[in-house]
Amino acid sequence: MKIRLDTVIKTFDTFRAVRGVSLEIGSGELVALLGPSGSGKTTILRMVAGLEYADGGAIYFGETDATHIPVRDRGVGFVFQHYALFPHMTVGENIAFGMKVSKTKRKPAEIAARVADLLRLVRLEGLGDRFPMQISGGQRQRVALARALAVDPKVLLLDEPFGALDANVRRDLRRWLREIHDELGITTIFVTHDQEEALDLADRVVILNEGAIVQQGTPAEVTRAPKSGFVMRFLGDANRLSATVRDGVAYVGQTEISALDCIDGPAEVFTRPGDLDWASGGAGIKAMVSRVLDRPGERRVLALAESGEELEFDVEPERQIAAGDRGVVTIRRAQVFAKS
Amino acid sequence: MHTHKKPPRVGDSVLVRRTLIGFVLLFGALLVVSPLIVIGVQAFSQGWKVYSATITNSDTRHAILLTVVTALIAVPINTIFGVAAAWAITKFDFFGRRLLLVVIEIPFSVSPIVAGVAYLFVYGLQGLFGPALEAADIKILFALPGIVLASMFVTAPFVARELIPLMQAQGRELEEAATSLGASGWRTFLTVTLPNIKWAMLYGVVLCNARVMGEFGAVSIVSGNIRGQTNTLPLHIELLYHDYQAAGAFASASILALIAVFTILAKVALERRGAGRARRPSLVAACQHNSAEEIRP
Repeated sequence: MKIRLDTVIKTFDTFRAVRGVSLEIGSGELVALLGPSGSGKTTILRMVAGLEYADGGAIYFGETDATHIPVRDRGVGFVFQHYALFPHMTVGENIAFGMKVSKTKRKPAEIAARVADLLRLVRLEGLGDRFPMQISGGQRQRVALARALAVDPKVLLLDEPFGALDANVRRDLRRWLREIHDELGITTIFVTHDQEEALDLADRVVILNEGAIVQQGTPAEVTRAPKSGFVMRFLGDANRLSATVRDGVAYVGQTEISALDCIDGPAEVFTRPGDLDWASGGAGIKAMVSRVLDRPGERRVLALAESGEELEFDVEPERQIAAGDRGVVTIRRAQVFAKS
Repeated sequence: MHTHKKPPRVGDSVLVRRTLIGFVLLFGALLVVSPLIVIGVQAFSQGWKVYSATITNSDTRHAILLTVVTALIAVPINTIFGVAAAWAITKFDFFGRRLLLVVIEIPFSVSPIVAGVAYLFVYGLQGLFGPALEAADIKILFALPGIVLASMFVTAPFVARELIPLMQAQGRELEEAATSLGASGWRTFLTVTLPNIKWAMLYGVVLCNARVMGEFGAVSIVSGNIRGQTNTLPLHIELLYHDYQAAGAFASASILALIAVFTILAKVALERRGAGRARRPSLVAACQHNSAEEIRP
C-alpha cells in the first residue's frame, strides 16, 4: 500500500509538533523516520496510524483519503515502544486478540492455526502459553510484532521498535526485522532516534528536525551527501570548523578545501573523525593533542587547534601519539556548508 | 534478637526500639482492640438467647435489611461513577479535568453531617425542590432515596480514588493497542481495561461498601430516624443505646463489627492480588515499562 502525506500539521496546545510534512512512501518500502527527541517523528507515525488526528493536511492510503478514518478501521499494525502487550493474556491470546475482535468472523481453529503460524514466523514456537511477564524483552518485541501482523495490516508501523533492548539483542532483531519485511513485502515505517539503526535497516531514511523534514534519501545518499550541518552531525560524530569560502575554495586557516557549490562568505566545514589525519609537521591545521581514547578498532584523538576549536580524529591502533604532542591535522575529506 | 552483633543503624538502639514498639502496641490495644472485645463480650453478656432475640427483633431485622438495600443500590452506582470518572480523568484531556479531580475528593474533606444538612436544604419541604417533589408525591427525605443519596455522597470518592493513580500509571497504550487491532471501545474496556483494574476496583468497592453500611452522620439527618422504617443499622444502634438497651445495642453493633472483619479480610486478600496503595508500584512494574528512556544520539 502506497502512503502519502500532504503538508500534514499537528499542534499540541501551543507547541507545533509537525510543521507541514509532505512525504511519499512506496508500496513495500521500508522507511525510517529519524530524528532527535521532539522532532515530531513519533507524532507523524501516530497520525499515519490514526492514533492522532492531523490538524491540517491529508494522509492518503493508496488513493483513499485516510485522514479521518479512525484507527480501528484503518488497517494498520502498530508496534508500541514498550510493546503494550496485554499483561493478563498469554502470548497466544495477545496474538489472537486482533482476529477475535475483528468484524470478519473466524473459527477458533482457524485463529489457532494462524497464531501457530505467526509464532513460527517470529521464532517463538512453544511460548504461546507464557504470559508477557515471563518472557524477555526481545521476545516481547517479537510478540508485539506478531500481534500487529495477525490482522493482515496494510501498513506496519513501529515506534522505536528496539529502543528498550540492549545492544546485542537490538542488532539481531534489526537484521531479523529486515528479513521479515523482505519475506512479507509489507509497507513499513519505523521511528528511531538511532542513526545506525535507521541506516542499517531502512530502504530510505527521512531525517526530521523540529517538526520538519530536513533530508530524505537512501542511506547512501544521506550519509554521502548530507544537505546540512545538522544532518552531518546527526548521522555521526563530526568536527565543525569555521571557514571562509572564496571562488569555490574553503579556507580553514591556510588549509584549502574544495567547495564548488558553496557561495562566497563565511562557511562551516564538517569532517568525520576518520577523515582527518595527524602529522608531526608540514601543511595543515596546527594543533596539540589533549587526550587519546583507546577504542577496539582505533585510537580516538582529541586535539585543540590553534584557533581554539576542538577536533576529534581517529588513528590506527599502532600509532604512537600522546597528550601534549604538537603537530598538524590534515583533512582528507570534508563537507562545506555556507553559514546561515 | 541478637542484633548487638551488627553495628546499630540510625535509631536502632534497644531502648528506643522497645519503647516505641511497646507504646504502639499498648496504644493500639487500648484504642482499637479493646472496644471490639467489649462489643463481643457485651453482646453475649446476657446469653445467646437475648442476643438472638435482639437480632431477630423486627426493628433490628428491618434495620439490617435497609442497610443491605442501601448498600446494594449505592455501591454499584458509585462503582460505575468511580470507573467512569477515573476513565475520563486518566484517558481524556479536557477542560476542567483538574477541577473534577478536586470535586471527587470533596466528600472526604467535608463532614458527612454537612452533606446531610445540604440534602435537607435541597430536598426538604422548605428546600429548593421540596415543594415540587411534594406536589409530585415523590418522597426523598425520610425515605430510602434520601438515605441512598446521602450514602452515595459520602462514598463517592472511594472507587475513583483507587483507580485514578493506577490507570494513570498504566497510561493509554494498552487501549490504543486494542483499538489499533480493531476492537470497539466497549470491547476494549471489557477485555483490556477492566481485567487490569479489577482488583483495584474491588478494593475500592470493599471500602465503599464498608463505609456505606457504617455511615451515620449524613444518614441520620436525612433519614428522620423512624424506627422500623428509615433506621439503618448504625442509627438503630444509637436508638437502642438511648433506650438503655445496652445488650441490644451491642448485639447490633456486633453485626457491624463482623462486617468490618469481613472487610479487612477481603482487603488483605485483595492487597495480595496487587490492589491497594501500598502494592501499587509493583503492580505497575508488572504491567510493562521496562523502558530505557530515549537516549539522544
